[in-house]
Amino acid sequence: MIFDALFSLPFSSQLPILSLSMASNAPLIMFLAFVGLTLLITFWAAKKNTGASAYFAAGRSITGWQNGLAVAGDYMSAASFLGISGMICFSGYDGFMYSVGFLVAYITVLLVVAEPLRNAGKYTMADLLAYRLKPRPVRALASLSTLTVSTFYMIAQMVGAGVIIQRLIGLPFAPAVVGVGVLMLVYVVFGGMLATTWVQIIKALLLIAGALLLSFLVLQFHEFSFTKFFNAVAHADYGGTAEPKNLMEPGLKFGVAAAGPWGPLDLISLCLGLVLGTAGLPHILVRFYTVPDAKTARSSVVWAMAIIGAFYIMTTFFGFGAATILEKAKILTADGKPDTNMVAPILAQHLGGELFFAFISAVAFATILAVVAGLTMSASASFAHDFYSNVIHHGKENRPGMEIRVARITAFCVGAVSIGIAIYLGPSVNAAFLVGLAFAVAASANLPVIVLSVFWKRFNTSGAVAGLAVGLISSIVLILLSPNGMFGKAGAIFPLENPGIVSIPIGFLAAWLGTILTARDPAAEAKFAELRVRAHTGLGSEKATSH
Amino acid sequence: MSQSPLDAPSPALNPDWEKLEEKPEFRALLVRKRQFIVPSLVFFMLFYLALPILVGYWPDLMKTKVWGEVNIAYVFALSQFLMAWIMAYLYVRVAAKWDKSAAAIIKGHE
Repeated sequence: MIFDALFSLPFSSQLPILSLSMASNAPLIMFLAFVGLTLLITFWAAKKNTGASAYFAAGRSITGWQNGLAVAGDYMSAASFLGISGMICFSGYDGFMYSVGFLVAYITVLLVVAEPLRNAGKYTMADLLAYRLKPRPVRALASLSTLTVSTFYMIAQMVGAGVIIQRLIGLPFAPAVVGVGVLMLVYVVFGGMLATTWVQIIKALLLIAGALLLSFLVLQFHEFSFTKFFNAVAHADYGGTAEPKNLMEPGLKFGVAAAGPWGPLDLISLCLGLVLGTAGLPHILVRFYTVPDAKTARSSVVWAMAIIGAFYIMTTFFGFGAATILEKAKILTADGKPDTNMVAPILAQHLGGELFFAFISAVAFATILAVVAGLTMSASASFAHDFYSNVIHHGKENRPGMEIRVARITAFCVGAVSIGIAIYLGPSVNAAFLVGLAFAVAASANLPVIVLSVFWKRFNTSGAVAGLAVGLISSIVLILLSPNGMFGKAGAIFPLENPGIVSIPIGFLAAWLGTILTARDPAAEAKFAELRVRAHTGLGSEKATSH
Repeated sequence: MSQSPLDAPSPALNPDWEKLEEKPEFRALLVRKRQFIVPSLVFFMLFYLALPILVGYWPDLMKTKVWGEVNIAYVFALSQFLMAWIMAYLYVRVAAKWDKSAAAIIKGHE
């Protein structure tokens, strides 16, 4: 198995012989401890998984604070931890814009989406859409968009996983990615949503502990003086190895001087995608089905906001801290480019030694595994429930248990595809940037139809189909035409790296035009009263099945 | 009414949705929700989008230092966290009242 392969690997020859025993084994031991613990949870969850509600929604038995931690664990991804630390370290303030957007986005989730979704849905985002619209076309497209967003998001995590394992154990990028993929499949296939939830909760606690420790060490380095800390950040010289630059000032990434005339608009586009994308992320939305009622869904968002906010404020300590402490040579890749994904673990190594490096790296692993498990879970649930049961089999479950089996098979396929693409993209692409794109797709394709189906009576099937399809296609096409796309920086047809500012309005516009240009749908409008009462009162919502 | 069996709510439940939806109490609840949620969302989007707009197009203004090396840009970014938390707190407080109204509206139909 994979573990034997890990053990039999020769450790990096650069390490002195003495430290070989404890220090170089520490990351591996901590990593295996986390894996062992989570496999135990999976084993326990597998025994409790009886029936679809247990498998897809953890029996709706998760409490508010538990789900809050799980939402946070599902959300604070490798991209946040590794990618944002790196961006802040190299681009200063502008990298912090990701942190701000990631938290503020929860206002949209809290005020608009979480409660209606919990009240009117069952397992997937599409449940809400299919409620009063024609289920087959809507579910087919919603399932496609769920798979797309999840795959995008997952590639980012896989890249982070590959990079960190490579650095830590010396395992090459490709096998490292495959290893993570195999583990996540074990959680999802055997443990379902219950195991995934607990993996996310443990990971959230570990990540917060790691972030607190790392922030503490950075502040200790600056003698617990914020004045000293901010002074150092304003003259960040990478441990004296580079010209000092002021990282407190905005503009190093998106400013006109750094990014050209389109830079500021690109920043606005990024922010728009972040703030509206979270409410369309399938793996976050399905978390609200795991709680007993809408009230608990609400309290779990609040818990999540407290944890996520605290974490993202701490990202400035690692990012800025790294820029003031670490020598530039330590955070460059072999070919001299900024190694934007490895700043946080290297900072941990520098400040806290090998053992802390081991801990932070194990936390990063945990982070990746938890997020990837959540993504796989939502993607496979959507394919099985939306596409297989409702589109192919018209909602009639032909054989009991088939839906779960299809979900398990889908998990394998989704895992394989993202492993393949991650290996193809290679280790140098920034994980936070990839996640930013996933947010943009979610905001353009999913959010418009979710909002309109709950709040607009006239909204019909054609509108939903148009909104989903056009939002999905426009955001992906714009990414392909962007400076990061097919034609490179020089030949880019679309000047922005982040498509949100164009593709989100297009998504809304398509949903609106698709509705008003086609005939009214009396059946859909008749069911609006029912959806409205359900969404706002919780009458008839899915009840908890197990405790 | 072509709900698939998979999506069907619990079979015992079949209230008159139209009648419930037309209840004055329900309509009043919707109005109260709208009166809170819409202005909150508008404020939050304006407050949030002001950050990238100001940072992007008026960087020199945002670089103005307010405390040591800490500038307006950083303070404004931190204030976004505070804004989000305060808004969440206010929402939870008002939503608890809506829960009571909602429970009263559906009483007898559960």
